[in-house]
Amino acid sequence: MTTSPPYIGSSVKRLEDQRLLTGTGRYIDDVKLPDMAVMAIYRSPYAHARINGIDLSAARAVPGVIDAFCAADIDMDLPAIPLRLAPFEGFERFLQRPIARDKVRFVGEPVAVVIASDRYIAEDALDLIEVDFDPLPAVTSVDQAASGETLIHEDAGENMGTRYTVGRGDADDAFAGAAYTRRERFTTNRHGAVPMETRGLIAEFYPDKPLLRLHGATKVNFFNRRHLAAAFDLPEDAVELMETDVGGGFGARGELYPEDYLVPIASRRVRRPVKWIEDRRENLTATNHSRDIVCDLEIAATADGRILGMRATVQGDMGAYIRTNGGVVASKAGQFLPGPYRVPSFSCDVQFLITNKTPVGTFRGPGRFEANFCRERLLDMMAADLDIDPAELRLRNLMQPADLPFRIGELVPGDVNATFDRGNYPSALNRLLDEVGYAGWKDRQGEIVDGRAYGLGIACFIESSAAGPPETARIAVSPDGSIEIRTGASSVGQGTETGLAQICADYLETGIERIAVLHGSTTLVPTGGGTFHSRNTVMAGNAVRMAAETLRARCIELAALRWNTEASGLDYRNGAVHRGDDPTVSLSLADLAVFARSRGTEETLAADAAFDNEGKLSYSYGAHAALVAVDVATGVVEVEKYVLTEEIGRALNPAMVQGQAVGGLVQGLGGTFLDHMVYDEDGQLLTGSFADYLLPTSTDLPDITAIALEESPSEFNPMGFKGAGEGGIVAVAAAVGNAVVHALNAHGVQINDLPITPDRLRAALRATGA
Amino acid sequence: MTADHRLTLNVNGTAYDCEVESRMTLADCLREKLDLTGTHLGCEHGVCGACTVIIDGAAVRSCLMFAVQAQGVKITTVEGLSDGDTLSDLQQAFHDNFALQCGFCTPGFLTTAEAYLAENPSPTRAQVQSAISGNICRCTGYVPIIDAILDTAKQRQEGGK
Repeated sequence: MTTSPPYIGSSVKRLEDQRLLTGTGRYIDDVKLPDMAVMAIYRSPYAHARINGIDLSAARAVPGVIDAFCAADIDMDLPAIPLRLAPFEGFERFLQRPIARDKVRFVGEPVAVVIASDRYIAEDALDLIEVDFDPLPAVTSVDQAASGETLIHEDAGENMGTRYTVGRGDADDAFAGAAYTRRERFTTNRHGAVPMETRGLIAEFYPDKPLLRLHGATKVNFFNRRHLAAAFDLPEDAVELMETDVGGGFGARGELYPEDYLVPIASRRVRRPVKWIEDRRENLTATNHSRDIVCDLEIAATADGRILGMRATVQGDMGAYIRTNGGVVASKAGQFLPGPYRVPSFSCDVQFLITNKTPVGTFRGPGRFEANFCRERLLDMMAADLDIDPAELRLRNLMQPADLPFRIGELVPGDVNATFDRGNYPSALNRLLDEVGYAGWKDRQGEIVDGRAYGLGIACFIESSAAGPPETARIAVSPDGSIEIRTGASSVGQGTETGLAQICADYLETGIERIAVLHGSTTLVPTGGGTFHSRNTVMAGNAVRMAAETLRARCIELAALRWNTEASGLDYRNGAVHRGDDPTVSLSLADLAVFARSRGTEETLAADAAFDNEGKLSYSYGAHAALVAVDVATGVVEVEKYVLTEEIGRALNPAMVQGQAVGGLVQGLGGTFLDHMVYDEDGQLLTGSFADYLLPTSTDLPDITAIALEESPSEFNPMGFKGAGEGGIVAVAAAVGNAVVHALNAHGVQINDLPITPDRLRAALRATGA
Repeated sequence: MTADHRLTLNVNGTAYDCEVESRMTLADCLREKLDLTGTHLGCEHGVCGACTVIIDGAAVRSCLMFAVQAQGVKITTVEGLSDGDTLSDLQQAFHDNFALQCGFCTPGFLTTAEAYLAENPSPTRAQVQSAISGNICRCTGYVPIIDAILDTAKQRQEGGK
């Protein structure tokens, strides 16, 4: 089935595929429980309105409807959905409750719930719900929000979620004496993760046991369990979060959302299992959006293009509430603005503004995609102003290996120790320049071929990985020799089962075929950290390694007992313990599992481990290049060729790493050209279906070369892994934006706003007379 | 409420009896009534392609068709592509090319590609790109899916199938 050991570093084919290819995977909507009802949610049609009254009587009267409820019907204090990450002071005033009571603040906010025997009936009943809304003016931009004319959360007295200034060195001093300065405003388009599988949950709530079992959970199940237990006043071990196959996450799925409370409430009310499956329209209005920032960025440099300082204001449009991801998006945009360059002084004012839009959370490369676009565009402008080649400008400013490790300073409040670990940034850029044939393109920027203008753009990035709490793993061997790995980490479709099995197989020196990986559910292990920030391979991977090492030691102990000999004369290799004094005998993993079992019913051949990186992050880094052809007459851009390099320390499974890079890159092309949550001035989402919200398809592809570099293994884990899930996406808008500008250098068009669409590009060209 | 209809649906060579309302989509019928949950719903308005099944040889969006319209036709879903646990050549090519990650869109790509290859057994790369352009994948960036379909076409040509 697969290649032979060593598995680490080999493109082992995925263990997940058989079931997913044959239609026998088990996603949440495939789970059916006896006596299960379904629920549907009435969501606000207004962006901002007072609720004067809700009439559920007609909905309740529909045959097949079991129950309907709104906030007033819920006999518990509705908890605020907690902050998990970047919980800055001030955010506590803007948290969301699971269901609106007196006021709605975005289109899509839950107002009422119908529970019925099937979804057709539940949706019929939604149409009969009558809500008396008193519409209020909608706040749909950061400027409107900052003005404070219309307050979204009156008690807060402002629409500023919070605001802070961070930096290092004396930026004002650097600007005062600088030969060159430039200031630009950039915006990045509101869009989102939009996984192919929408969210879904099934709750089984048995108050008498007590037990709340929630199927369809993923990502950070132990954090979510803790907060759900508190919300429902249950002991933690009375709450079970069960993970199924997951149809993509990319940051958005698996956070606590209103529905994680409403589905259990529904089950408790009707004393039956209740299923909720989000439809695509709900998904586009109720699941976290991301990326929506306005950034004023200013750079100071010497006449020969050496950066002296940067100043910035980042305004994040947070939507109507601060959800679990807190201030991650805008704070990381601020933190990563200086990027991999020597920027001696930096000052950044970061503002989190509340608007009447869907709340914001993380999407693959949160803040990095945005920061890279702003900085790399400004660097290209500076290169043109100073008549320096863009690659040369970057090579002049990139941190050198001798600069590393580098403490970047407290660029996110409280994050005082953030440190770029060792690496060679110029090497990653130089490799890119070679691969893309940069030298040959330097003097061809703007060349017209077959009526289209060609441009090559480049961008550099740095990207953190593997933050957060420790991750756990347990490895157990059955008497038949089969091996089961359990981990608190989740799988959201990225191949976690395969990767962890590869590590286990190598460290136990055994075949991968006998290994099964169970993940995510809170019933598997006592605790776990979860899956975000490109952490599974680093965190769960090292937990598996440690568990395997402990298991090897346990094998030797058991063999010593079995043979009644000293452990020191024994040796573990090839999946068995061998005697130094008698090479003819050995005890296999299966033999030792049988022996362990024979010593008592409780005894198993198993080992537990937790890996904690103690806050020491490894940083992936690299560079992207895009070659574009722009039709000046239509404004249509075709990306013909795309090359990226990404230093990931060590590739666990090169084909899966390639999949992350290419998949991330194509997602990034969507964020650059297509994906856009467009709101009108009333706060209505105009792109609320796949007919309007466009995603990349198979005809939008460039010729892609994605190169994973393994020149700089992480110092913080013995296998050398760095995260590899986000480097493919983070610099796409930056490289493409620069390429389009180079293509159009005869016209002087600049790209400061995303997405790059034909109508916007034509408008810009028209303004220059083209 | 609408009246129920008794149907016999021919799915993957098996005759299934079921009762459905007029308004029930074929996708919901396959998933809820026949428990063939390999057919997935990604958008329910015919854009994403996850729910694609093969009907009398043609790739059809089962979310845009009523179950009652499927009486008398031959339906193939993803569950009908493999021979028990043995993957079809196309499924094997997806496996070999790492052409799936989360797997949610995969059944729709497999059915779309099977129908297409039956129509055009030796496509160019551009033709394959066009043929699957109505299916959305968020994980892979499509490249390995295109490779898998081309590999399958090539193998079938060489194998004289």
